[in-house]
Amino acid sequence: MVSEEDVAHIAAITDVGVDASELKLFTGQFNAILEYFDILDSVEGGNGEPVGPTNIFREDVVVQSLSQEDVLRNSTDPEDGFIRAPRVI
Amino acid sequence: MEKTFTFDRPDPCNAFIKICENITYGEGPLSGISVGIKDNISTSGIETTCGSHILQGYIPPYNAHVVTLLRSAGAAIVGKTNMDEFGMGTTTETSSFGPTKNPVDPTRAPGGSSGGSAAAVRSGLVRLALGTDTGGSVRCPASFCGIVGLKPTYGRVSRYGLIAYANSMEQIGPMAANVRDCALLYSVIAGYDPRDGTSVDKPAPAPVSPVIAGKKIGVPAEYFGEGVDPAVAETVTEAIEKLADLGAEIVPCTMPSMKYALAAYYVTSMSEASSNLGRYDGVRYGMAPEMVQPWHEAFSAIRRSGFGEEVRRRILLGSFALSAGYQGKYYAKAQAARQMVRDDFARLFAEVDIIAGPTMPTVAFRLGEAADPLSMYLADILTVPANLAGIPAISVPCGEAHDLPVGLQLMGRHFAEDEILSAALAYEEGSA
Repeated sequence: MVSEEDVAHIAAITDVGVDASELKLFTGQFNAILEYFDILDSVEGGNGEPVGPTNIFREDVVVQSLSQEDVLRNSTDPEDGFIRAPRVI
Repeated sequence: MEKTFTFDRPDPCNAFIKICENITYGEGPLSGISVGIKDNISTSGIETTCGSHILQGYIPPYNAHVVTLLRSAGAAIVGKTNMDEFGMGTTTETSSFGPTKNPVDPTRAPGGSSGGSAAAVRSGLVRLALGTDTGGSVRCPASFCGIVGLKPTYGRVSRYGLIAYANSMEQIGPMAANVRDCALLYSVIAGYDPRDGTSVDKPAPAPVSPVIAGKKIGVPAEYFGEGVDPAVAETVTEAIEKLADLGAEIVPCTMPSMKYALAAYYVTSMSEASSNLGRYDGVRYGMAPEMVQPWHEAFSAIRRSGFGEEVRRRILLGSFALSAGYQGKYYAKAQAARQMVRDDFARLFAEVDIIAGPTMPTVAFRLGEAADPLSMYLADILTVPANLAGIPAISVPCGEAHDLPVGLQLMGRHFAEDEILSAALAYEEGSA
């Protein structure tokens, strides 16, 4: 069972804003969904490191990329060729 | 030489998020053919939102590879079709731009997540459309709207410029009113692209002709099991009998891994989504954050207002499934289950050429009917196995149940799109 505190903690670390009013709803839904996922407990294997696709890297060759103008076109209020972000401290 | 036309038809089903004003097209196999593009596929100079407020106003500076191929083939790109937000849904109701209605019955959902593409084709607004299929998002709306939709083999169609939801499973796929049109669009978009690291270099698709005689068709019992509407099962059983009449050999079989498939799919897709959607903070594109707030507060606020409930739920659950202490229980087990699904298909395809069953366990839902999230997820049970294994699968209309369309799903071996398209064509045309 996950608690409302667990959901609030995940919301905080993923920067997914969850209102106090939503916490109860999300927590109830989480528990129903996670209970369904428990069927995976009976799968043999997979207890160690996750298995799955392996990375295949391409050669690191310099090719033409987007212009600075194109890259900045969608950002909010760019300044002197830089992207602006909210303050960090 | 470039030609132009103006598109001024009404869109009562809300199939499109954006309709282009001045449409240009060139010469080629798709010259002048109208095509709708799902709104998670990048179109240079045309707003691309993934059905989400958080990307509202985002204008890609480049084309997805499939869009470049369509333009080279002369296609007339009419606009961007509606979709569940970031592809997360089975009804197109999670779109930030309002639900799409099913043209067959406007009180019903068109299915999802490529519901806008299916509705645009079904209502005749376009002849062809591109959808994307991560867990059934091409085949589900094709089934619910009574059209044809193909999910190609993983790696067959470049994902360059497709805005990612769950990279290890999604593919761009063609949708059309009939199998020949679906095959035509598939022949244009299939092929190798070095800009997609998972792209596979294979020969160009062969022209399709109706071929079913002599094929062995496996019919897993699980595809007619619990949760499948008996009326849907009956319609699909009749369709499979028709395949037998055309000369196919029907082979009853089982897929024991099916009991894990849905959980494996959702754990994997939510985990991948939680990582992929971390990039949306409004700084580089889309909605603008409040710059004077501390960044955690600014990003939480913008993600709260920009993402819908289903997207936030999946980010949270995916992050939880990957978190320390739970990764072994959820993500690692899901990958082991995924391998069981692959092994089941490998075992079956040693014996049969095609696997058949219903595309969806039900007919189209009523708009607003979607109850709790888990019930909605359960509707994907018959489509997710093909995504977990990376095999191609097609949905072709096969009649009705409750006066609504039903889709017959045909799954094939890796890169055997030609075989399932040919079988679907034989079914559609009633000849082998």
